[in-house]
Amino acid sequence: MKVLSYDPELCVGCYVCEDVCSETWFKVPDAEKSSVRIQEKEGEVLLSAVFCNQCGACIEVCPTEALYRDRRGIVRLRKKLCVGCLSCVGFCPYGAMFYHPDQTEPFKCIACGKCADECPNDALAVVDVDTPPQ
Amino acid sequence: MSEKTRTPRRVLAEYTYEPTPVEQGYTGQTLYINLSDNTINAKTVTDVMKEKFIGGRGFGLWLLWHGVDADTKWDDPENELIISSGPCGGTTQYPGSGKSLVVSLSPLTDVVIDSNVGGHFGPLLKFAGWDAIEIQGKAEEDVIVVIDGANRRVTIEEAPDAPVDTYPVNHWMIDQMTEKEEDRYFMSVVSSGIGADNTRMGCLNFSYYDRKLKAPRFKQAGRGGTGTVLRDKRVKALVVRSDPVRGDSNHPADPERLARVGTKVHKEIHDYDDEQCRMRRGGTTYLVQIMSDHDLLPVHNFKYGSHPDAPKINSTVWEERFAKGLTDGCWYGCTLSCTHAVDEFVPRTGPFKGQTVIVDGPEYETLGGVGSNCGIFDPDDILEMNFYCDNYGMDTISFGTGTAFVMECYEAGVLDKEKTGGLELNFGNADAALELLHQMARGEGFGKIAGQGIRRMKKYFVDEFGADPQFVQDIGMEAKGLEYSEYVTKESLAQQGGYGMSNKGPQHDEAWLIFMDQVNNQIPTFEDKAEALHYFPMFRTWFGLCGFCKVIWNDIVPPDNSETDEPAKVPEHVQNFVDVFSGVTGREITKEDLIEMSEVVYNFQRVFNIRLGHGRRDHDDIPYRSVGPVTAEEYESRAERYDKQLEEILGLDPEQMTTEEKMAALREHREGQYERLKDAVYERRGWTNDGVPTVETLKKLGIDFPDVVAVVEKYL
Repeated sequence: MKVLSYDPELCVGCYVCEDVCSETWFKVPDAEKSSVRIQEKEGEVLLSAVFCNQCGACIEVCPTEALYRDRRGIVRLRKKLCVGCLSCVGFCPYGAMFYHPDQTEPFKCIACGKCADECPNDALAVVDVDTPPQ
Repeated sequence: MSEKTRTPRRVLAEYTYEPTPVEQGYTGQTLYINLSDNTINAKTVTDVMKEKFIGGRGFGLWLLWHGVDADTKWDDPENELIISSGPCGGTTQYPGSGKSLVVSLSPLTDVVIDSNVGGHFGPLLKFAGWDAIEIQGKAEEDVIVVIDGANRRVTIEEAPDAPVDTYPVNHWMIDQMTEKEEDRYFMSVVSSGIGADNTRMGCLNFSYYDRKLKAPRFKQAGRGGTGTVLRDKRVKALVVRSDPVRGDSNHPADPERLARVGTKVHKEIHDYDDEQCRMRRGGTTYLVQIMSDHDLLPVHNFKYGSHPDAPKINSTVWEERFAKGLTDGCWYGCTLSCTHAVDEFVPRTGPFKGQTVIVDGPEYETLGGVGSNCGIFDPDDILEMNFYCDNYGMDTISFGTGTAFVMECYEAGVLDKEKTGGLELNFGNADAALELLHQMARGEGFGKIAGQGIRRMKKYFVDEFGADPQFVQDIGMEAKGLEYSEYVTKESLAQQGGYGMSNKGPQHDEAWLIFMDQVNNQIPTFEDKAEALHYFPMFRTWFGLCGFCKVIWNDIVPPDNSETDEPAKVPEHVQNFVDVFSGVTGREITKEDLIEMSEVVYNFQRVFNIRLGHGRRDHDDIPYRSVGPVTAEEYESRAERYDKQLEEILGLDPEQMTTEEKMAALREHREGQYERLKDAVYERRGWTNDGVPTVETLKKLGIDFPDVVAVVEKYL
C-alpha cells in the first residue's frame, strides 16, 4: 500500500505542501485546512511533519462506520455517514486527524501525493509499504 | 419486510407539522399528547422555561407541575410521562451528551420521580422538532405513538398485535417501520414490558441501533416505575425517527469551542482510561471490587459490605465476557463507551429459554443488586436476571434490592415456603430468584406481592403474616418508597444523607460522598457534610437539565487532577461543562451559575413533593439498616469497629455490655447524628427545620411564583 513519507533532512520549511494540500481539498491555501502539517519542535533543529500513516486506529472508534480502509489500504471517510463527533481526532495516536470549524467532518491525508509532487526538495514522497503501521 | 406483509394499524389521531429548526440547542417546541381524547399539539417553550428550568428534568418538572394537582395519583389519567434531553443533548463532539430525563409521578413513591437514561430517543426527539414529549391521559386499547420527524407527522396508532416486552416489540417495530438497514440508524423506541404491567417497578428501555451487532441495544430509565406509568397509559411503544444526525444538528452557538473541548476530552480518554477506570473495557463493573475492598458492596440485603466471592463478578470477568469491537457509546461520540453487552447468551429459563440473545450490561448496580445483595455470584445467573428485567421492563435495582429484602425475610422466618408458594428464597438461590422474577413479571403467585416494592411488602408482611413491624422497617431498604441503589452507607453519615435527603428517593445519581467522607475524611464536621450535600446534589442535578452524562465528569479525570485545590470536584471538567453549555446555548455562565441553575430546579422539585403531601422532614427518614447494624450477627461481624466507636465516641466500656446493649447505644448515637445532619443540611439549603424551602429561598432563586409560594406558606 502507498503512504506518505517525510525526510526531515531534506525539508527546508517552505510550507508549500500545506498550501497544496488545502488548495487540493478545500480550494484555499490555508494551513489549518491541510492534512499535512510541518512543525517546529522546541529544542530540535530539524522540522517534523504530522500526517496520517494509515494505521487505522480511528476506524475502531468511529461509531457510524464512516471511517473505513479502501481497497488500496487507505483509511478514508464517508462523509455521508459521519456525525461529526470527532472521536477519531482525539483517538488518533499521531494527532493526524484534523478538524476545521468550516465543516463538521474531520479530514486526513489519503496519500494522494499532490504535496509530494510539489515539494521543491523531495522531502515528501509517496512510498510503498507492505502493511499498515501499528 | 415488504410493505404488503405489514400489519395495517388503525390511526387514532394524526398531527402534521413543520419542525422548528434547532437553534442553539432548543427547538422551542414541546409535543403534547393526550391519549384519553387523542389530542396532539405543540406547546411553545417559554423564556421562563429556558432561563429557569433549562431543559431535561427542569422541563419535565415544569410541564408536570402544570399538568397535575395536589391530589393527582400516579395512575390517574392526569399524570404525565415527560421525556426531555436538554439543550446540550444531541451534541456529538463532547462525550456523554445524549442523555434523556424521564419525569412522572411514581407508582413507588407517590411523588415526582426523575430517571436519567441514555439511548437515542431524547436527541432524536429534538431533531424531529421537539424539546420534550409530554404524554397525558390513558388510551382505551394498547397503542403506539409514532413521532416521524422524517415525514413531519405524529400519530397515535392502535397496535393490538404488537408485543409488549422490549426485545420482541423492538424487533416487531423494525420489521414494521424500516425497509433498509439505514432506516434503523436514526430511529429510537421507548418500550417496557409485562413486568411494568404487573409491578410498580416498571422501567423504560430506550433503544439505539448497534451498527456492528446489527441489532437494537437498550439503556434503561430504571428508577421509580416510569415503565409502569407508560403501560398504565396503555402505550406499547413510543417511536421517534429523525432526519440523519449531523455534527451540527444541535446547531450550537460556537461549534469551534465544542470541538476544542470535545477533542481534548476524547484524547484524555484515549490516553488515561486504561490506567484509570477502564470504562472502555469494562464499563462500571470496575466498582465491584473497589466496593468490596472498602466494605461498601451490598451483600445479603446490605447486611455486609464485602464478600470473598466478589472476584467472581468483578471487572476481570466482564472484560472477558463483553463483546469486543463495538463502539459502545449510548450516544454518538461518547468515547468513554461504558455501555457494554454480552452477545450470544443463552437463557436457561423463561420465554427465551434456549435462544441466543444479547444482554445489555451488566452494569455495577445490577451486579450489586441481583448479584451480591442476593448472595448470587454466578455471572450467568446475573446475566439472565439482567436480560429478563430489561425484557420485562423491570428495574434491576428495585428488583435486586427487593429480592434481597425478601431473602432476608425468608431466612429470618418472616416468610416460609408456604407463604412464597414454594419458592425457597434463601440468599444465593438463583433458581428461586429467577422464578420470582418471572412470577413478578406475570403478576402471579408471590411475585405479585414482591412486585409492589419493599414499602408495600413491609405492610403486607405485617398485616398478613404477622411480621414484626420494627424488624421489617429496619431491614427494608427503601426510603420514600424507592428501593436503595447499591452502596452500603453505614460508615458514611454524609452518604446516609445523600440517599435520605434526595428528592426522589435513595438513588446515588444525586450524591455519592462515601469516599470523601468515609475513606478520605475530607468532610469531618456537620458543616462540611452539609456543604457537600449542597454542592454535589446541585452539581449532579445540572447534568440532567442539560442532557449530559455524569461519567464524563469523574470516571475519567485529568492526570493532574489530584494536585488541584478540590480534586473531588474535578475542576477542569467542571470548566469543560461550562464551556460546552455556553458553546451550545450562547449563554455565558460560570461554575457558580451552574449551581444556582440547579438550585432552582431542585427547590422546585422539593416544593412539588410538598404539594403532593410529602417532602418534609419525616419524608427524609431512612431505614436503620442504612445507618447501623440491625441484627446481632451484623454487629458481631464488625464488632471491633463498633466497639471502638462506643469507646472513643461515646466513652462507654464495651467489655461491660451485652451485644444488645451495645447495639442500642450505637443506634441511639447514630440516629441522633442523622437528625443533626438534617438540621445542618436544611439550613445550608435554605429550608426550615421541617425541610421546607423558605419564601426567601424561593425569591432568591426567582421561583416565587404565587402557586409555588402558596404550597410552602402552609408550613412556615
